Amino acid sequence: MSYLVWLIPVAILMGIAALVAFLWSLRDGQYEDFDGAAARILVDEDRPIREGMSGGGQARDAAQE
Amino acid sequence: MAGCCAPGANVTPTGRPADEEVRLASRALSETLMQTDISVPAAHCGACIRAIEKALLALPGVEAARLNLSTRRVAAQWRKDGPVPPFFDALARAGYEATLYTHDQSDDDPEFGRLLRATAVAGFAAMNIMLLSVSVWSGADAETRHAFHFVSALLALPAIAYSGRIFFASAWSALKNRQTNMDVPISVGILLTLALSLHDTFRNEPHAYFDAVISLTFFLLIGRTLDHMMRRKARTAIVGLARIMPRGAVTISADGARSYKNVREITPGETLLVAPGERVPLDSIVLQGSGELDVQLVTGEAEPVTVGAGDKVNAGMLNLNASLTLRAERSAEDSFLSEMMRMMEMAEAGRSRYRRIADRAARLYSPVIHTLALAAFIGWMAATGDWHRALTVAVSVLIITCPCALGLAVPMVQVMAARRLFERGIALKDGSALERLAEIDTAVFDKTGTLTLGDLRVAASTVPKRDLATAAALAARSRHPAARAVARLDPAGEGLPVEKFAEHPGLGIEGRIGGALYRLGRPSWACAETTSKSQRSMSALSRDGAPLGTFAFTDTPRADAKGAVRALLEQGIAVEIVSGDGAQAVAATALHLGIETYRAAMLPADKVARLEKLRRQGRTVLMVGDGLNDAPALAAAHVSMAPGSAAEVGRNAADMVFFTGALSAVPMALATAQRAAVLVRQNLTMAVAYNIAVLPLALAGYVTPLIAAIAMSSSSILVVANALRLRGGERTLTPTELRAPKLAEVTS
Repeated sequence: MSYLVWLIPVAILMGIAALVAFLWSLRDGQYEDFDGAAARILVDEDRPIREGMSGGGQARDAAQE
Repeated sequence: MAGCCAPGANVTPTGRPADEEVRLASRALSETLMQTDISVPAAHCGACIRAIEKALLALPGVEAARLNLSTRRVAAQWRKDGPVPPFFDALARAGYEATLYTHDQSDDDPEFGRLLRATAVAGFAAMNIMLLSVSVWSGADAETRHAFHFVSALLALPAIAYSGRIFFASAWSALKNRQTNMDVPISVGILLTLALSLHDTFRNEPHAYFDAVISLTFFLLIGRTLDHMMRRKARTAIVGLARIMPRGAVTISADGARSYKNVREITPGETLLVAPGERVPLDSIVLQGSGELDVQLVTGEAEPVTVGAGDKVNAGMLNLNASLTLRAERSAEDSFLSEMMRMMEMAEAGRSRYRRIADRAARLYSPVIHTLALAAFIGWMAATGDWHRALTVAVSVLIITCPCALGLAVPMVQVMAARRLFERGIALKDGSALERLAEIDTAVFDKTGTLTLGDLRVAASTVPKRDLATAAALAARSRHPAARAVARLDPAGEGLPVEKFAEHPGLGIEGRIGGALYRLGRPSWACAETTSKSQRSMSALSRDGAPLGTFAFTDTPRADAKGAVRALLEQGIAVEIVSGDGAQAVAATALHLGIETYRAAMLPADKVARLEKLRRQGRTVLMVGDGLNDAPALAAAHVSMAPGSAAEVGRNAADMVFFTGALSAVPMALATAQRAAVLVRQNLTMAVAYNIAVLPLALAGYVTPLIAAIAMSSSSILVVANALRLRGGERTLTPTELRAPKLAEVTS
């Protein structure tokens, strides 16, 4: 029984961590272009995405302000 | 990879949006940056991403460009202080036709984000509570069970409070209006179960239903999210129509002064100037000047129309090469385009009458559940007098008959079907379009731009090979569709120097190449001495007045139009053509494709009237069209499709857009829709049968949390698995459909 006292909170915390990670990636706009993500890996040049680019979370926030 | 791309340089020179228009459609990101969204329907692969972003980034003033391949839109950020970068020219040079995309409110979809977050939270809680429940089911001792029930309650309460809001809010607003919907039994079920489980947890009873209530919420939210994805966003095609309309025009007042006026302020009788490359702003009469107008957008005719003094012109026609002085005949409110907008509005209002199969099922379902649960409660109360026992049974009835499977049955199939269609280059805008498509018995096609590509092509040429380059060199300098067809014969022609190039509206073009004067145009003009009957679809080439040969033009038929029509006819679907083009051209196409019924010279209103007539005969009609002139018909039909090359208005009005270029997309979509309809029916039957089968268990009071969990998940899994079968339908394609050529092959 005593190990459960530790294991269950740990399991729940790990679940919460995953949930937070998912909500963050959703907000960040990572689910907005699956096709592009699949194709972009074949593009040679590697340049950083500008902060707040198309449809991303920040851009949307900026538009709503 | 690169080979599949680059649709070629033959991009139609439609009126590009003016700078002010681009500025209006952009939104400010910061003090210095503007973002413009441009829709690029032809973008479809990794090479496209590179080509498009590179082309835009090379423009001065552009800070960033990113293409979203899923929405086929590119977002370009540019510095506000500089001039508007020439996005559309750059994209056209890269080989992509592009249109300005205006952000409207419906694009930001907060509801979808809310559903996803609610689903995520419910999923998290369901996983953890299930974990605890498994040990309870497998026989934990009383103390552990009690602790686990408490932990479950701690997880379930906030999760339900957060995720359940979606149902509670909807149920509450229904109840406030004294109505009931699917969410009412769901909310009652969730809240009752939660309350009962809390009560039992504190009383240390053996059974708590936290797992059932949270996984019920989770499954329902999955169904709800998928369903939301398949619903058409509240976007109307009318916005697009308004955008084609020129905002203003140069008017000449009685004293000869010129001023630029907003179209709304121009009254009938005023004199207007329309320069080459501009669209006619109002329905008018030509006072001065003669030349050719691209009327494809308005009437659907592929060949330009020659107008002169006294001719009537409609708003929306594109002035190709003449400088025209017009007298406005009607005000902006009465012009052709405004009339189209009114027709669209009416058609779109009519369409919303269709009720989706899932909604019809839900309507039947919820009163039945309510009655059953209530009957179970009253029955057990009367029989045992134990309110706790009676309530447990009533709750288990609500859980076991939960519409999880029902909620997943339809959207799951539609999502699979939409995915399958998208993989084949067909974009589906609304799930209900699949249901409607499966019901059709008649297909009505537009000709120009749908059955044909709406692009002139040289059908026959008597010009010797060595002169082709000179002809192409001359033609490359004109925007006339016939000239562009000639220019395409020899791409090298563009490099040849042409001196003293001149374009004579209605006659042709001329220029000096290597010292000789070449003329390309009307046979009677190009070769003055020949008196051969001058056909409109014929152009002659001459050197210093001596004829070198002629070009004959036809409209390019769309790839696999014949196969698509045959496939439809074989399925017993009546096919007809409704075209704005001339009778001769339509008859030729109809004969070529084996279509018996055709109507020519139809105005947009005539097309809608024809569809209305078919509807009154009890037919369900699929309309396939592309032009502005088809837009009201597309909106009025039972279901509609448009090619990706269609005018933006056409694309917006249609339920489905196919980007493959081949018309075989139509029978393909039909086959998928019919298969989806079969699966939806199977799923609904299965879900209902399942509920009926387990209902006696619940009524008899034998449902423990374990049984409820098994019943609920297995019926949901069954329904989902059945929907996945849609992927395995590959073999239903006919060989002609598999041969559907790619976009590049069709347009080049």
